[in-house]
Amino acid sequence: MTITTLFQHILTGISLGGAYALIAIGYTMVYGILRLINFAHGDIFMMAGYFMIFSMATLPWQIAIPLVCILTVALGVAVERAAYKPLRSAPRMSIMISAIGASYLIQNLATYLFTALPKAYPEIPFLKKILHIGSISSSLVTFITPVLTILLVLALMFLIHHTKVGMAMRAVSKDFETAQLMGIKLNNTISYTFVIGSLLAAIGSILYFTDRMSVTPFSGTLPGLKCFIAAVLGGIGNIPGAMVGGFIIGICETFLVAFGYSTFSDAFTFILLIIILLFRPTGLFGEKMTDKV
Amino acid sequence: MAKNNLLRLENLCVSYGGIRAVKGINLTVPEGEIVTLIGANGAGKSTILRTIAGLVKPESGKIYFKDNDITCKAPNLIVEQGITLVPEGRRVFPDLTVLENLKIGGYLRKDNLDADIEWVYTLFPRLKERSWQMAGTLSGGEQQMLAVGRALMSKPKLIMMDEPSLGLAPIIVQDIMNIIKTVNKEGVTILLVEQNANLALKIAHYGYVCETGHISTEGSGAALLEDEAVKAAYLGKARKK
Repeated sequence: MTITTLFQHILTGISLGGAYALIAIGYTMVYGILRLINFAHGDIFMMAGYFMIFSMATLPWQIAIPLVCILTVALGVAVERAAYKPLRSAPRMSIMISAIGASYLIQNLATYLFTALPKAYPEIPFLKKILHIGSISSSLVTFITPVLTILLVLALMFLIHHTKVGMAMRAVSKDFETAQLMGIKLNNTISYTFVIGSLLAAIGSILYFTDRMSVTPFSGTLPGLKCFIAAVLGGIGNIPGAMVGGFIIGICETFLVAFGYSTFSDAFTFILLIIILLFRPTGLFGEKMTDKV
Repeated sequence: MAKNNLLRLENLCVSYGGIRAVKGINLTVPEGEIVTLIGANGAGKSTILRTIAGLVKPESGKIYFKDNDITCKAPNLIVEQGITLVPEGRRVFPDLTVLENLKIGGYLRKDNLDADIEWVYTLFPRLKERSWQMAGTLSGGEQQMLAVGRALMSKPKLIMMDEPSLGLAPIIVQDIMNIIKTVNKEGVTILLVEQNANLALKIAHYGYVCETGHISTEGSGAALLEDEAVKAAYLGKARKK
C-alpha cells in the first residue's frame, strides 16, 4: 500500500466516520436526557434521505437542504411526542419497546409509501466536485464531512455549556423533578434534544447518502446500529465521545474494506461492541458508574 | 394586627399510588412569617409540599396563593407565582458548578441575575469561595446552603423547605436554622417541614403537627413547645410521673 492510497483510505474513513458521528450524537443526547435508546433514530435518518429525494425533484439544493432539515426535525419531534411523551412516567422497558415499535412503523410506512426498491439519491453538484490535494483526489463531500462534523460538535458543546437551554438540558438529564422545581419545562427541554438530534441526523444523511447514491426503507437500519455502537464506544451520554466513536468505526471499517475483508466490515463493528461491553462497559469517555446508597 | 394570608390550603387530599397520604388538610401561612409543619416520617408532610409545588396532583381540595387558586398548576407556573421548594435531600445539580446552580435557580427570570448572585454570596460567603466548584463536591452543609441560595435566586415570596436538617451534623443544623431566620428577615415567608420538631418550633411563629395525613394540633411555636402531647410525641420530653 503506497502512502497515497493510505492517505486516501484515511480520508475516506474519516469522512464516513464524520457522518456516523453526527448520527451517533442523536443517540447519545437522547440517552443522556431520557435514558432511552431511540431505536427510531436510524429510521429518521433514512427518512431524511427520502425527504431529500422528493425535495430535490422540484427544488434547487439551496432550498432543498433547509427543507430536509425542517422536515426531519418535525418527524423526530413528532415521534417523541407520539411514542415517548405519553410514557414519561412508565418503566424504562415500556418506552424502549415503544421506540422499537416506532422504528418498525417508520420503516414499514416508508416501504408502503415508497416501495422497497432503491430510489436514486439526487446529486448535489457542488458536493460532487472532484478536488485534488497533492496526489489525493476525492469529491468535495469527503473533505467537507469531517470539518463540518467537528464544527457542529464544537457548536453543540458551546450550546450545552454556555447557554440557558444547554443548562436546562444538563439539569433535566440529572434530575427531572428538581429541574421542574427551577421552573424548567420538561417537555420543551426534551423536545429541544430531539430537535438537535434530528437536525444532525438530517445533515449526516445528506453527507452519507451523497456518497452512496440510493435510499431504501432499510437504509437506516445498519448505519443506525453502527452509530448506536459508536455512541456506546465513546461512552453513551457523552457527546465528544460519540464523535470519537463515530470516527473510530468509520476508519476501521474503511480499512477492513481496503484490505479486502469487506465481508467482515459489519461484523467487526459488532465485535467491537462486545469487546467494549466486556472490558469497558461505560465506553471510552463514559461517566464512571458509582452506586450511591 | 391582621395579617395577610400568603398561602392557604383548603381541605387538601392527596393520594399516592392508591394510598391516601394527605386526608383533608387546612393550613394557612401568613405573609412574612415562619410556619412549620412537624410530624413523624410518613405523616404526609413532604407530600403536602410537593403538591403545593405542582409535582403531585391533589385528589380534592384547593390551594390558594394570595387568594389566587393555584391548584393543579404546572410546576413552572408555581415558580412564576413566587413559590419555590427546597427539596428533601438538597438535590443540587452535582455536575453543574455552584454558580450555574444559582443561575438555574433564576431560570425563569429575564432580568440580570448578577446583583442577586452577589446577595446570595454575601449570605453564604462559603459558596463564593467555591463558585467554580462542581456542586457535587461540596459538603452536605454547603449543599444545603446552595439549595437555599438557589431557591432565593427566583426571588420567591414563599420558600418551602423540606427537611433542611436531614443528614447534617448538629453544628451545621444550627447554621441552617440561623440562615432560615436571616432569609425570613429579608422578607421571605417560610413554610418549613421538619422532623427535628424542637429546632423548628424554636424559630417558627406558628406550627402545625401532622399525623398520618391529618393536622392533629396547631398553635404558636412557643405554645407547641409547651404542649404536653407534642412534647411526649415529638420532643422526647415525656412528662415524668
